[in-house]
Amino acid sequence: MEFYQQVLQYLVTGVTLGSIYAIIALGFITIYNVTGIVNFAQGEFVMLGALIAISLYKNQVPIVVAFVGSVMVTTLIGAALQRIAIRPAKGASTLTLIIITIGASITIRGLGLITWGPDPYSLPAFSGDQPIAFGGAAIIPQSFWVFGATIVVLGGLYAFFEWTLLGKAVRACAINVSAARLMGISPSSMALFSFALSAGLGAIGGVVMAPMTLATYDMGSMLALKGFVAAIVGGFTSTPGAVVGGFLIGILESMGAGLISSGYKDAIAFVVLFLVLFLKPNGLFGGRDTGRGGL
Amino acid sequence: MLDDSTSAVMTNGSLLDARNLRKSFGGVVAVDGFSFTVKRGQIVAIIGPNGAGKTTAFNLVTGVHPLTSGEIHFCGQRIDGLKPYEIAERGISRTFQNLQIFGNMTVAENVMVGRHPRSKAGILSAALSLPNARAEEKRIFEVAMQNLKVVGLAHRAMDAASSLPFGSQRLLEIARALAVEPKVLLLDEPAAGLAGQETKDLAQLIYRIRDSGTSILLVEHDMELVMGVADWVFVLDYGKLIAAGTPSQIQSDKKVIAAYLGEEMD
Amino acid sequence: MERNGIGKYENYITLGALIVVMGSLPLLLSNSYHLSIMAFIGINTMLAVGLCLLMGYAGQVSLGHAAFYGIGAYTSGILTTTFKMNPWLAIGVAAVFTGVVAYVIGVPMFRLKGNNLAMGTLGFGIIVYIIFVEMRDWTGGPSGLTGIPSLSIFGFTFDNDLKYYYLIWAIALLFLVLSLNIVNSRVGRALRSIHGSEIAAETLGVNTNKYKIQILVVAAMYASVAGSLYAHYLTFINPQPFSFKLSIEIVVMVVIGGLSSVWGALLGAATTTVLSEVLRGVIPQFLKGATGEYEIVVFGIILMVVMIFLPEGLFSGSVRIVKSWRREKESKQRTVDETAIVEPSSVVAEGHLAVEDK
Ligand SMILES: Nc1ncnc2c1ncn2[C@@H]1O[C@H](COP(=O)(O)OP(=O)(O)O)[C@@H](O)[C@H]1O
Ligand SMILES: [Mg+2]
Repeated sequence: MEFYQQVLQYLVTGVTLGSIYAIIALGFITIYNVTGIVNFAQGEFVMLGALIAISLYKNQVPIVVAFVGSVMVTTLIGAALQRIAIRPAKGASTLTLIIITIGASITIRGLGLITWGPDPYSLPAFSGDQPIAFGGAAIIPQSFWVFGATIVVLGGLYAFFEWTLLGKAVRACAINVSAARLMGISPSSMALFSFALSAGLGAIGGVVMAPMTLATYDMGSMLALKGFVAAIVGGFTSTPGAVVGGFLIGILESMGAGLISSGYKDAIAFVVLFLVLFLKPNGLFGGRDTGRGGL
Repeated sequence: MLDDSTSAVMTNGSLLDARNLRKSFGGVVAVDGFSFTVKRGQIVAIIGPNGAGKTTAFNLVTGVHPLTSGEIHFCGQRIDGLKPYEIAERGISRTFQNLQIFGNMTVAENVMVGRHPRSKAGILSAALSLPNARAEEKRIFEVAMQNLKVVGLAHRAMDAASSLPFGSQRLLEIARALAVEPKVLLLDEPAAGLAGQETKDLAQLIYRIRDSGTSILLVEHDMELVMGVADWVFVLDYGKLIAAGTPSQIQSDKKVIAAYLGEEMD
Repeated sequence: MERNGIGKYENYITLGALIVVMGSLPLLLSNSYHLSIMAFIGINTMLAVGLCLLMGYAGQVSLGHAAFYGIGAYTSGILTTTFKMNPWLAIGVAAVFTGVVAYVIGVPMFRLKGNNLAMGTLGFGIIVYIIFVEMRDWTGGPSGLTGIPSLSIFGFTFDNDLKYYYLIWAIALLFLVLSLNIVNSRVGRALRSIHGSEIAAETLGVNTNKYKIQILVVAAMYASVAGSLYAHYLTFINPQPFSFKLSIEIVVMVVIGGLSSVWGALLGAATTTVLSEVLRGVIPQFLKGATGEYEIVVFGIILMVVMIFLPEGLFSGSVRIVKSWRREKESKQRTVDETAIVEPSSVVAEGHLAVEDK
């Protein structure tokens, strides 16, 4: 294969990977914008999405139903997590909340291990395995699903936040909790909603990527980390920033793995993280000078 | 507390000289071209309606927020751009409108933190508990107790700071800021939430602090207190200086009255 | 003066008691399996005490603490095998090297507040783990390094569990004492002030960044020494024990012990080590064929439950509850016994007495 073809192939892979990271990053910032919490269990939603869909499919449920069912179940789990573990710790410090979501993350992962065991599972591709040639690179059809899912999710979120009352309420909460409360918006319901939404997003990511990788109970942590880096690169509060961050990490990772060394593939995202922290601590797109201190 | 060498370099006799301070948060211009000075031995007040930018001005002086533009001079040296701890080391300390008590410490320990810039023991001498570190620790404690006495909280020294009533927590913040031995002490709404007699005691406390050689910059809504203690008053509205003068000049200033009436109406 | 619920004299008493107990424990446990578990509790104590200073006192989360432990182990391992360096010297070199690494990553890392710092350290832990696996020429890759020499001094070789037990605990206790001293000092107060209110701390002249980095370096060096001891004790290392899972376990130790309690860290290390060992034995009995890391469920639940109900940690939280309950009882008694009004001046005098006590 020619060098240029190789690069193109890595680019295609990178965009696909990046789509997944972008969806996960969107999940992170959805919760963060509303509650100020970075949810360390975000990756577990992806795992749950993938494995629940696979289990449903194995039990003769049609793939479309398995997809929707898995996303719905995971959404409920996200809501339950907020009610069981986050709400009771009302008023807790950041440190406490971090530890709670870490606890939630490893609990869910452990429950995943008990439910599905340590073995990897796979899901058939949604529309076949026949690669499509594209300027010398081969694209597997599932890539379009993954990429499409990101676009749909991004569009859906945009429409939701811009055009619906609920979306506006969530945004109001993100901007100013006490003002939102004065306007009759309950921050607690919004927090619940943000966890549910975020879990649903993670699950969508999990289902669409399941046919491309083998799904295991511990797949979530690495994905969450990369999604997190994508969110940081994007400034952590910006929706388009998160998507661009996701693609950037995906492409860099794929290029790095292909052209430099595949062993260090997982380290690339963190090298990017450290570079961003050194050079642009507010992310590539964030320049806002906001003291969240509020003295 | 001021030695002659520092007063010699001071420009136009002012200890703290803020020139054209400007701070914007995204679109909101919280402080807009505000200049003020605090002279040695003065009690200076900044007043203005809620949201006028008073706390932001404090945050700029103490380095909590970087300036958008402007200059701050202290004892003849530029201090804008310095880190908050460097500004504290130079002799500016403050209290907070929204209390920032160390809830994880005793009352005495809260004040002992204020001795930080006036003491030295590093992590090594601390870890090895060297004699000089222990001796210093004892002195820190003694000075902290003196500061607590000044505000009348010595009897609560060993209690958890979070167990103090609200009014005493305000006093604790003052004691803690005094422990820094500031040349200028910034008080952000020290009377908020205090009862009548407590406010009168506070006025006495402010005089005592001034008499001990510390200048005071006061943000306060209680007009009786402000007009009673202040030598000079600056009035902010929407981040802009709208008036400055002695308390009696300010009380009869039309712009000031309008600004306050405007607040009452909405 | 009272700190973490234990006074200074109580600290000495506790320390004395601990030396006696740890010194005589091997007389009761001749079984080398039990001794090795006790030795591991000592190693874990070093890890937990460091993280306790960082997390409990300074309020900074590290989810990559296992990396420092690993760097210590690998640096000692490589220096003593490939370069035939004197093992004691290697422990020192490893500690300094790990301290430098902590400093270099600490500078950018502490630009991140709360949440992001946690992820940053997690990422650091993962990178280091990948390096252990991938730099085969140096680290031996997944199968690791073997033939790491045992420690010896003046002809006395540490060649069994008992000897390592004593060595490890001597050092663990040394770290405990150093940490107690730090905690009860100007620096310790500065650290706690960061946790209490970072902005207030800064405006009172505390260079918060400097102290965060210093304490990260200290914690990293503790972990490095623990890692070196691990390497010389087992004489072989591979990447597996230095993974994310251990970083989480160290957090569990600190959380169980009580976030801001140095003694609690020891208690947490003991509880977690034993619990981990027990779970590894028990879980396969009712989950047939279980071979994975099932115990993480238990740790996860512990983290959530403790943080929700006793955010200052299990040990400290319980101490506080018992204390306030006792105080309540006392004050009830006092109002019954002494009808006389307490003079304010006598209360002040009490305060001064406490001064002298110090
Ligand atoms: N950290 C901040 N981020 C964004 N806006 C801020 C911040 N601090 C203050 N502001 C805004 O600046 C303006 C002035 O606030 P402030 O200085 O607190 O007023 P005051 O103390 O006079 O009541 C307000 O509109 C406030 O919303
Ligand atoms: Mg204010």
